[in-house]
Amino acid sequence: MKKAAVDENRSKDGSWLLGLAVLSALIFIVMPLCFDIFRLNLVGKYLTYAFVAVGLVLCWGQGGILSLGQGVFFGLGGYCMAMFLKLEASDPKSTAIQSTPGIPDFMDWNQLTKLPWFWQPFHSLTFTLIAVVLVPSLFAFIIGVAMFKRRVGGVYFAIITQAVAAILTILIVGRQGLTGGINGITDLKTLHGWDIRTNGAKYVLYFINAGLLVASLLVSKYITSSKLGRLLLAMRDKEERVRFSGYDVSNFKVFIFCMAAGISALGGAMFTLQVGFMSPSFVGIVPSVEMVIFTAVGGRMSLLGAVYGTLLVNFGKTYFSESYPALWLLLMGGLFISVVMFFPNGLAGLYDQHLKKRVAAAGARFRAGRAAGLKTAPAGEPPGMEKTAATLPGGIPGKRTKGPKQPLETRP
Amino acid sequence: MTNTEVLLAIEDLTVSFDGFKAVDALNLYVNKYELRAVIGPNGAGKTTVLDLICGRTKATAGRIQFKEKDLTKLSEHQIVHLGVGRKFQTPSIYGNLTVFENLEISFPRGRTVLGSLVFRRTQDIRDRVREVAKEIFLDAHLDMEAELLSHGQKQWLEIGMLLIQEPELMMLDEPVAGMSVKEREQTAELLGRICRNRSVIVIEHDMEFVKSIAHKVTVMHQGKILAEGTMESVQENEKVIEVYLGH
Repeated sequence: MKKAAVDENRSKDGSWLLGLAVLSALIFIVMPLCFDIFRLNLVGKYLTYAFVAVGLVLCWGQGGILSLGQGVFFGLGGYCMAMFLKLEASDPKSTAIQSTPGIPDFMDWNQLTKLPWFWQPFHSLTFTLIAVVLVPSLFAFIIGVAMFKRRVGGVYFAIITQAVAAILTILIVGRQGLTGGINGITDLKTLHGWDIRTNGAKYVLYFINAGLLVASLLVSKYITSSKLGRLLLAMRDKEERVRFSGYDVSNFKVFIFCMAAGISALGGAMFTLQVGFMSPSFVGIVPSVEMVIFTAVGGRMSLLGAVYGTLLVNFGKTYFSESYPALWLLLMGGLFISVVMFFPNGLAGLYDQHLKKRVAAAGARFRAGRAAGLKTAPAGEPPGMEKTAATLPGGIPGKRTKGPKQPLETRP
Repeated sequence: MTNTEVLLAIEDLTVSFDGFKAVDALNLYVNKYELRAVIGPNGAGKTTVLDLICGRTKATAGRIQFKEKDLTKLSEHQIVHLGVGRKFQTPSIYGNLTVFENLEISFPRGRTVLGSLVFRRTQDIRDRVREVAKEIFLDAHLDMEAELLSHGQKQWLEIGMLLIQEPELMMLDEPVAGMSVKEREQTAELLGRICRNRSVIVIEHDMEFVKSIAHKVTVMHQGKILAEGTMESVQENEKVIEVYLGH
């Protein structure tokens, strides 16, 4: 019986891994084959938003912490990357025309004559790569400790994160000489001498981005399946009970909030590399709320769903804003309302409700057909394999969404 | 009751909310392996006393001495680590986790962020969860989602979640509320077993139940102790009859 329990767990994880394989195939094979480099680069841009959505599944879906300021971390990651690229693009030779050669052009326009101190370390690529993740995580840590240790949560936390997003935007726009202002940091050319504007580089960056996204999904999956994941669920439900079971609740919240920030920042850095600039319009309230919508559409409990949700909404956005530019924002609002009202578990919930059984049935038919064709009983197969096949393409399995529940443990 | 070593000593404990003294200069001593029942009318401050002991409410004045430590200076999770477990008035369990997971989460291992990330469901944990589940009459429901349990079973589950931590002091706030007669009997038997190797404080309104379990009864009224002693002596107390038992 104990073995059965282990198999049960393995098949659950197996179906998730299969879902990940389907998604990876879509991102790594189907999309590059179907789209030209212009469209693929666009997909790459959408996928950088998916990092934020995955982070939101961790802290909002799993931990119940709704942050309306994830753009802050996406932006900080992006800015760290952009600062390095900008410094590289501003070597004394190509900026010889400026009154102070060797500093970014916008600084020169703003009568700065010296590189500000916080720009100095961004000459180093190693420092930059560390800073991309560390700076946003550290910022999240400070916000998290300040809020969660004082037991600020729920709506209040959401409002404060929104305020942080607003403040940071205003700060970036206001300090034009230091940050590039409303235009952001533009005219990025090379990464350590490698021109990121060529089609070849765009392909490479697309695949690096996709690889990082899959890695983030795997790390997130590990976290949600660990005891920490279960604790977060428990906290969302009964915070007091967790606290009085001997856990320092705030530490767990700080951790998952930092995790979400770090993952979002990766997306931000990849955005800068693929799109070639970073600006405050990706830091503020609007992008932050949009990212919550991506997550909600995908299903806030589903890591894979978050990626699908991001892709779907963004394809919709591109399509509709090309055809009906004035209508887009209204459509987006309508979409969010209908998700909240009619399918609160998003795409993942819809999949669980309507498609999962059919996929399972199709899997069973497939197996039956194969068994008949091979004329050998599938008895030789390990039991785990068979179970995985029964739940074949596990597309977007939502964790603990409504629907048939699978017991985690089976015993006499 | 041969062992009279004091486990919990509450001295001059006071808490006031905007001038209203919910608990007023309270003194209470609980011995090792004692099962103490606290009764009293609504608003007497019974639940507040439990809140104060477990750190949910901070005391305005006074001391709570537990194993040579002053609990008023510790945070909630530190108090739990010292060996104080608390069951809430309404069953407080994790509805969307299974009974097994509910107990597993309460198992005192992997209590830090890092610890919980590397936590593994090992055989000793499985065994312990099963052992506790058996004790709280839920061994047949381990895979059931806790939401689907009956009200009484939820109460037991929460008691089990405390038991798995092996606290030296267990505080139960109305553990038999909403239970059937049979469930009450089972709970009384369970509490009898529980207090063999730990102290228990029970808040309860059901007099029959209190009579069947308590070693000693404390009656509270308006934040103070009105009477203390055996059930019989308390029941004959004039003041107690007047404010509480009379109606």
